[in-house]
Amino acid sequence: MAIAQLPLVYLAVRAAEVGGQRLLDTLLTDRVAQLAARSLALAAVVTSGCVVLGVGSAFLVTRTDLPARRLFGVLAALPLAVPSYVAAYAWLAAVDMVDPAFVFEGFWASALVLTLCSYPYVYLPVAATLVGADPAAEEVSRSLGRGGWRTFTGVTLRQVRPAMAAGGLLVALYVLSDFGAVAILRTDTFTRAIFTYFGLGLSRPALVLALVLVAMTGLLLAGETATRRRGARYARLGGGAGRPAARLRLGTARGPAVAGLVAVSALALGVPAASLLRWSGAGVSRPGSLSEIATAAGNSLWVSLLGAGLTIALALPIGLLVARLPGPLSTVLDRLAYLPHALPGVVIGLSLVFFGINVVYPFYQTEWLLALGYAVLFLPLAVGAVAAAAAQAPPGLEQVARSLGRRPAAVFRTVTLPLTAPGIGAGAALAFLTCMKELPATLLLRPTGMETLATRLWSHTSVVAYAAAAPYAALLVLIAAVPTWLLVSRSGVLSKGDGSRWPA
Amino acid sequence: MRSARLLMAGALLLGTAAACGGDGDSLGPPEPDDGTITVYSGRGESLVQPVIDQFEEDTGTTVNVRYGDTAQMAAQLQEEGDRSPADVFYAQDAGALGAVAKAGLFAILPSDVLDQVPAAFQARSGEWVGVTGRSRVLVYHPDRVAEDELPSSVFELTEPQWRGRVGVAPTNGSFQAFVTGMRVQHGDDTTRDWLAGIAANDPQIRDNNIQIVTDVNDGRLEAGLVNHYYLYERAKEDGVPVESLAARNYYFPGGDIGAMVNVSGIGVLTPSAEDPDARAFVEYLLSESGQSYFAEETSEYPTAGGITVTAGLPELAELTTPDIDLNDLDSLEETVVMITESGLA
Repeated sequence: MAIAQLPLVYLAVRAAEVGGQRLLDTLLTDRVAQLAARSLALAAVVTSGCVVLGVGSAFLVTRTDLPARRLFGVLAALPLAVPSYVAAYAWLAAVDMVDPAFVFEGFWASALVLTLCSYPYVYLPVAATLVGADPAAEEVSRSLGRGGWRTFTGVTLRQVRPAMAAGGLLVALYVLSDFGAVAILRTDTFTRAIFTYFGLGLSRPALVLALVLVAMTGLLLAGETATRRRGARYARLGGGAGRPAARLRLGTARGPAVAGLVAVSALALGVPAASLLRWSGAGVSRPGSLSEIATAAGNSLWVSLLGAGLTIALALPIGLLVARLPGPLSTVLDRLAYLPHALPGVVIGLSLVFFGINVVYPFYQTEWLLALGYAVLFLPLAVGAVAAAAAQAPPGLEQVARSLGRRPAAVFRTVTLPLTAPGIGAGAALAFLTCMKELPATLLLRPTGMETLATRLWSHTSVVAYAAAAPYAALLVLIAAVPTWLLVSRSGVLSKGDGSRWPA
Repeated sequence: MRSARLLMAGALLLGTAAACGGDGDSLGPPEPDDGTITVYSGRGESLVQPVIDQFEEDTGTTVNVRYGDTAQMAAQLQEEGDRSPADVFYAQDAGALGAVAKAGLFAILPSDVLDQVPAAFQARSGEWVGVTGRSRVLVYHPDRVAEDELPSSVFELTEPQWRGRVGVAPTNGSFQAFVTGMRVQHGDDTTRDWLAGIAANDPQIRDNNIQIVTDVNDGRLEAGLVNHYYLYERAKEDGVPVESLAARNYYFPGGDIGAMVNVSGIGVLTPSAEDPDARAFVEYLLSESGQSYFAEETSEYPTAGGITVTAGLPELAELTTPDIDLNDLDSLEETVVMITESGLA
């Protein structure tokens, strides 16, 4: 847990160096307030968009008789494999292809691109909840006379509220921390101000500004906690068999539903794919040799694997604690894991440089420190997955094992781990694919001479060699699609269960 | 409760085991004279790797290059301090070099190295030396901006006829260095007025220079303030000779600050001051082979005298460049404040 707070410690140390008056001078300006407001507004817009798209897709895929459900189930999650900077470049190129005079930039352009990239953060947990939820509550609601829509808003939405809130929180924090897309689309957000200061060699004031991001995260966390209702229970009521929920017959709504999902996928996946193809054809630059590409891919896989492994290892105790011993301590630990999540990768990277140089020098510029950086960055993703998995595994089984005489370590090994393994696997997959896409911390912490797909992509795009960059971008997305597919299949969305059918 | 504690202990052990399992080979400040050097390069790999490869071939020294963003590397170097694994820092602009020098991380270069380069292109303290020069220009589209419309001074761009026609990249290091140059030559008040004038004249803001050049070439922008070599970079990527591009570079005449020449440069970090390999690298970049590479491949101006520039590029001596000292460029902080206060960034 202490590890995850490294960036905050670092920020505190550096901010203290700046001195009180200077600190206030940097922070209390109109411009900072303006940028903070814009960042929060962007986060709000993108989160709302993601909630709508995520819940909508999840419902259509899991609870209706949509044709080609399994295909849509996977397609809806795939945008997670596309890094936001790739999507932003791709959209710029696509709009340029269609209408060279139109300038695609600004608040709404960023909102569009970020929504399309991040709605799977809401889609995945909501879909998983809908698949696993007990249909009894809905059946009761219907039997008491409520129509389809009222059942949806009154019962179904309430059941998925924790998943919606968790996903929405991740989206909001991600938008606050994102720099790639907003820089390319020229949106003036708070992170952009931080980067501007870095660009001017003013790293201390930049770090002071980063503290504001931490404060904003605190605000968002408080807000999310406030939306949780005390004592709300989402587990199955009483006995009875678990069964898949009934599927809504779409009837005439089938066409528009399919069209809608196709449109979303076309925008989120098709645009980047088309742009990448165009880049490959249009420019003169060529990527390095096949061995260079293969090495970069291998390095990406290796560091992402390390990163995901370390993230899960650190998340395991926190997640289990949160699920098994709910209370003030576990809530605090859980929230603490989120605090650094809105910080841009460069700040996290620098905090680990600080840690590496001053504390663990032998590990500086090795893959292990990089993996630690990834762990700090992506801890919230893994903690959420582990806690959810542990919550679904009934503690009763563990208690029975203990009462039958097994020691705690054996219980952990033979009961807890196998039950929570699929959920932990999902957390690891999510961490893995996010590590693959990460760029700024990787640039700062990687061993000198080691290049990953993301760093090669960056080095080509920074000299406008888009044709050379295209294969790296494509490979990145393709490799990241594998854990994404795993996530979808794990969530049960692809299950065959049909259950009975509700009339529309 | 016990199981929770056990879990925590287990995870801690796991984490420590993972951490200790690393190969942990000594990173340490670099050893002198071991035939290898570590270079931190803020300049792009495709631009710089070829000349590094040449150096490796010619001298047999192994070079480990770390590529990254100049500004973030400068911040990283400041974090690393004396324990940095880097021998030299090759930066994209003088501002970053100044920031690192200010943190006291550079060693003073030997005078025979410094003598190869004009005084204007090196640190007054001798802590860094310029390798290539780049001139600020106004890139423009000849169909949208007539020859006789071209301004004789960068100060004319605040006038009404330029409203909405000029692109600037205020968050880009080269623009900030340029504004600092203006402050040095003309004073803070004139600079503030110019910035306010630009901000009020509907400037077309872009994130970086290559965006401006691309937009001018494609007709989305009429003109923009950039560094000269981006036009050549654009031509290279499109695979065409620079003459066939629509956009053109215009050099402000008469020593106007609009034609300011900035440098990319290199400095040696203090712990490696005695390292003959590091010194050899610096000398190589300033030698004929190094400088002619830059003249040919990146179309920049060599700082060490006597090399012919790319065809079509005005000679450095021809450009009446303004009389400013690049060492004064590290008062960037106040420049930033000025730029942000003007509303441009």
